[in-house]
Amino acid sequence: MKLNKNINQKNSIFKNWLVILVAILFIILPFIINAYWVDVLFFFGVYALLGLSLNIVLGEVGLFDLGHMGFMAIGAYTTAILNTTFGIPIIVLLPISAIAAGAFAWLVCSPIIHLRGDYLCIVTIGMGEIVRLTLNNNPFGITGGSNGVYGIDFPSLGSIFVIDNSTKFYYYIWLIVGLTIIGLVNLQRSRIGRAWNCIREDEIAAESTGIDVRYYKLLAFVLGAGLAGVGGNIYASKLMIVSPESFSFMESCMLFCIVLIGGMGSIPGVLIGAAAISLFPEVFRAFAQYRMLIFGVAMVIMMIFRPGGIWPRKRGAFEFKPLLMKPGEENG
Amino acid sequence: MKIILEQLLNGLTIGSFYALIALGYSMVYGVMKLINFAHGDLFALGSYLGFTLLVSGSAYATVTFGIWGGMIAAMLIAAIGIGIAGTLIERIAYRPIYPAGRLPAVVSALGASIVIQNGIMVVWGPRPQAYSSQVVPSVMLNIGGIKITLMQIVVLIVSFILMGLLFYIIQKTTFGAAIRACALDRSTAALMGINIETVIFFIFALGPALGGMAGVMVGMYYRKISFVMGWNYGLKAFTATILGGIGNIPGAMLGGLLLGILEMLGSVYISTAYKDVFVFLILILVLIFRPTGLLGEKIAEKV
Repeated sequence: MKLNKNINQKNSIFKNWLVILVAILFIILPFIINAYWVDVLFFFGVYALLGLSLNIVLGEVGLFDLGHMGFMAIGAYTTAILNTTFGIPIIVLLPISAIAAGAFAWLVCSPIIHLRGDYLCIVTIGMGEIVRLTLNNNPFGITGGSNGVYGIDFPSLGSIFVIDNSTKFYYYIWLIVGLTIIGLVNLQRSRIGRAWNCIREDEIAAESTGIDVRYYKLLAFVLGAGLAGVGGNIYASKLMIVSPESFSFMESCMLFCIVLIGGMGSIPGVLIGAAAISLFPEVFRAFAQYRMLIFGVAMVIMMIFRPGGIWPRKRGAFEFKPLLMKPGEENG
Repeated sequence: MKIILEQLLNGLTIGSFYALIALGYSMVYGVMKLINFAHGDLFALGSYLGFTLLVSGSAYATVTFGIWGGMIAAMLIAAIGIGIAGTLIERIAYRPIYPAGRLPAVVSALGASIVIQNGIMVVWGPRPQAYSSQVVPSVMLNIGGIKITLMQIVVLIVSFILMGLLFYIIQKTTFGAAIRACALDRSTAALMGINIETVIFFIFALGPALGGMAGVMVGMYYRKISFVMGWNYGLKAFTATILGGIGNIPGAMLGGLLLGILEMLGSVYISTAYKDVFVFLILILVLIFRPTGLLGEKIAEKV
């Protein structure tokens, strides 16, 4: 038992150093690489944020959601429309788009949350497609049809600090991703996280131990959608334009792949998955038209050799620790 | 009245495409519990194979067998070719992953789908291609005041024959019984002496073969084909599968036909721009009230 604890401690020290190293690397990177790659890393950050948001629904609770881009679209369009017509600052709209996307998720998921597995999957696909098609059809003349909404401001704090170049956007997105990760790690260890994982492993068992399955599933959808809304806000202010084809079914599938390539429910896994999905096409740009072909082959090979993902979440280590330790030892 | 009938016929035609593709999804899902995302792209590949045989270059099939013989030959060759492609994908992309559960197979299927789609783009080029009217006759018939194209009749007849044939195989033959047994419980079916390998081989050959034929017919009916069309048709056909009840063969046929008709009626009476929104709304409504689809049986959960 003592040996066991030592290994745990060594592991956690190693992990802490790894986290610090990665954080330092991310801080100094923009000074080393050129502006093009800073932008690439910005989009890596956006994918990471979206991957983390889908990871709540798919990884933690095990609900198939193939329409996640719909939530991001709600966030992005909320930002775009409110900013261009009413001139509300982007930074104020950050929480508003999160709330809008979350509220939308609550509204559409409430009646369908009882569906299981693949039926839920097709309904989320349908929902995502309805969002995209509706935006494309320019309802009430507010979404600009297939041209989208353009002329979105940069995020700013007053008039002194404006996020207006690649490097600033890079720090902005990774700051948000960092904060999200801290929040999600804590959430994983909380009562809510444990309830989610319990539902993922066995829904009936979870229900019979008194977990309100419906409530926790909806909570996952609302939180995931809210986070995707934040991603939409940042995406809209970076590109200064939002248009429906950015939120296609294909993109939702890519998010699904981010979570599965990294490893279900694993936060470092999501970061690796996002890196794979966003950096791969850039690295292989030299292959031009064969690029996506190689990408598809890589996805298949990847799943053959590591079906559980690159960095799967370790199970048990955390759940059983309190049982192995004497009372009062928990902070040791 | 005439307009309604014409639109119903149009809807039925589109619906029979959806139904043929949906059968492939449903059979694979029934036995493997796997959503074969590459299926839509196999359908598109079938369309391009037919294009090569009928139109581009030497138009081999048309020259050898004449116009009608050429069409039949193109459909048969596409069916065989896509059937082989389907089994190959199963061997390469799905079989090694079965032990790991269902979710990794989804990623692998999406990967295979991207490979096929971009493979088509590399081989046939990114521009849409057209089945020219020299190889596919364009004749408009007028039956009792209802306008119908010759191609429409051909498509309806061929797809109903194919569906009937499949229905017969699944419901009446011993082999069909084996497939149904595998869909119910694969391990028990294996204990009863059913060769699971053969069943898997055939469902991955039969489903895509039907899809490939549908691909050639879509080319003949709409004339324009593009390498991304697999996603659209695949999504619609998958919707149809769920609408009818996934894993259920008559359900897939019903779902496909119903979806085609709904889409047509939606575009006539609501608006063309919102027809897909209408289709997905109907799907969601059906699933809210019948969570296992129209013909899907309610399965008691095992604890």
